Amino acid sequence: MSEGFIELDQATLRYPRSETPAVVDISLSVPSGGSVALVGPSGCGKSSVLRLIAGLETATGGRVTVGGGAPGAARGAVGVAFQKSTMLDWRTVLDNVLLPLEVVSGPTGFRARWAEYRERALALLARLGLGEYAHRYPWEMSGGMQQRASLCRALIHEPDLLLLDEPFAALDAFTREDLWGLVQSIWRERRPTTVLVTHDLREAVYLADTVYVFSKGPGRIVHRETIDLPRPRTVEGTFEPAFVEYVQRLRGHIVEVRETDADKEPAHG
Amino acid sequence: MADWILNRRVLPWLVTLGTFLLWEGVVRGFAIKTFILPPPSLIATTLAAQWEPILQHSLQTLMTTLVGLALAVGFGVVLGLAVGASEKVYAGLYPLMVAFNSIPKVALVPILVIWFGIGTVPAILTAFLISFFPIVVNIATGLATVEPELNDLMRSLGANRLTVLRKVGLPRTLPYFFAALKVAVTLAFVGSVISETVAANAGVGYMMMVAGSRFEVPLVFAGLVVVGAMGIVLYQAFEWLERRLTFWASRG
Repeated sequence: MSEGFIELDQATLRYPRSETPAVVDISLSVPSGGSVALVGPSGCGKSSVLRLIAGLETATGGRVTVGGGAPGAARGAVGVAFQKSTMLDWRTVLDNVLLPLEVVSGPTGFRARWAEYRERALALLARLGLGEYAHRYPWEMSGGMQQRASLCRALIHEPDLLLLDEPFAALDAFTREDLWGLVQSIWRERRPTTVLVTHDLREAVYLADTVYVFSKGPGRIVHRETIDLPRPRTVEGTFEPAFVEYVQRLRGHIVEVRETDADKEPAHG
Repeated sequence: MADWILNRRVLPWLVTLGTFLLWEGVVRGFAIKTFILPPPSLIATTLAAQWEPILQHSLQTLMTTLVGLALAVGFGVVLGLAVGASEKVYAGLYPLMVAFNSIPKVALVPILVIWFGIGTVPAILTAFLISFFPIVVNIATGLATVEPELNDLMRSLGANRLTVLRKVGLPRTLPYFFAALKVAVTLAFVGSVISETVAANAGVGYMMMVAGSRFEVPLVFAGLVVVGAMGIVLYQAFEWLERRLTFWASRG
């Protein structure tokens, strides 16, 4: 069985009331425990691909399977983190992190295992450097702290699939690099199959085994790059020639995509 | 901190007292007749002298207002949730709702009297009819403006619509609900007093109508003061509840 955990076979997504499809002919395969990054210019449909994999949208053409079944079919199998931290302001950080367990185990199951879940959440928060903030409210924390909490929430139910939609885009460079390290070490420990959508090529090369470059209008995959760098990767390592070469090559593809896209744009008066 | 005490504890009393003093001064200074505009001092003595009937009528008005408001909250929340959750319900209902809300509710009182007779029921229903609209609109707005990422998050976890409503929609809507409640409670008083003025034999509105026909203008004003005071007390009560339940919405 060479079938990957995530399989997209010529998947197409056209939103209702939209003339052009968001993405066409997307074929990609991610092995179980693998880590891929989707990069490309804004509006190239990389988030749409993520939504297909999450089961938030249904492909209008082609085939999408996750773990051999329909995406989103297995309850609690997915952890997501977005660019906006989307914390629930009326809940403490701890209760925010517990939310997926509440939903996945249902009210009675959650009550029965509350003490255990609470311990698990506190341990994870401590692991991501938020131990002291468990009983605070999200709006009392900085953006970086909120994103850490958001990662905790994406990981608490130990999902097989981790979907990250530009989760570090709004953070300062140092915080971002810290979080790369954290995500990498948790990924190495638990090995969730991970899909990262990002604008940041260094981030993509740092975190992923395979990087897919998208073009836009409509979104399609124009290049696939296998990142053959040893793990664990470090921030210092991102300045090594081998790393920089990957970033430059990906950058070249994006520049090319942007130029062809610019040619396709109708001239506006 | 000193500013807070000034704003919360001192200024409200100071400005209210100042207004009454100015009023008293104007009435005395221009020698305005008490059946045109009674001075606050006379209103106060009227309140003290006739406290028993005033209290009875006030309790009646308070009761009809609160029952009407409770109906408005129940009905308004359910309708607001339906309108906020479903575009179809919104599209279908909103012309009717807006049209209905544009009708002056005082025009409905005679109809309510034909249906239910003079008395308590029309007052309750008028209070209800006049105060449910802001609740519907605010609940619907709160629900319809839930961040799409929150819905995505819940759906990716496999939550059904009821769970999304319970865990995200309802708590997220609470600040909107309290904003509406504070508008609705003052409107409910308008409704009940209007109805009592037109068709009742009890309540502050009825008392003012009778007093007015006898040119007992100080008693009319006493009624107005009592209604205003009840409005303030209820408004404060809801604000207190709001601060306790939705402190997270004002972020410290």
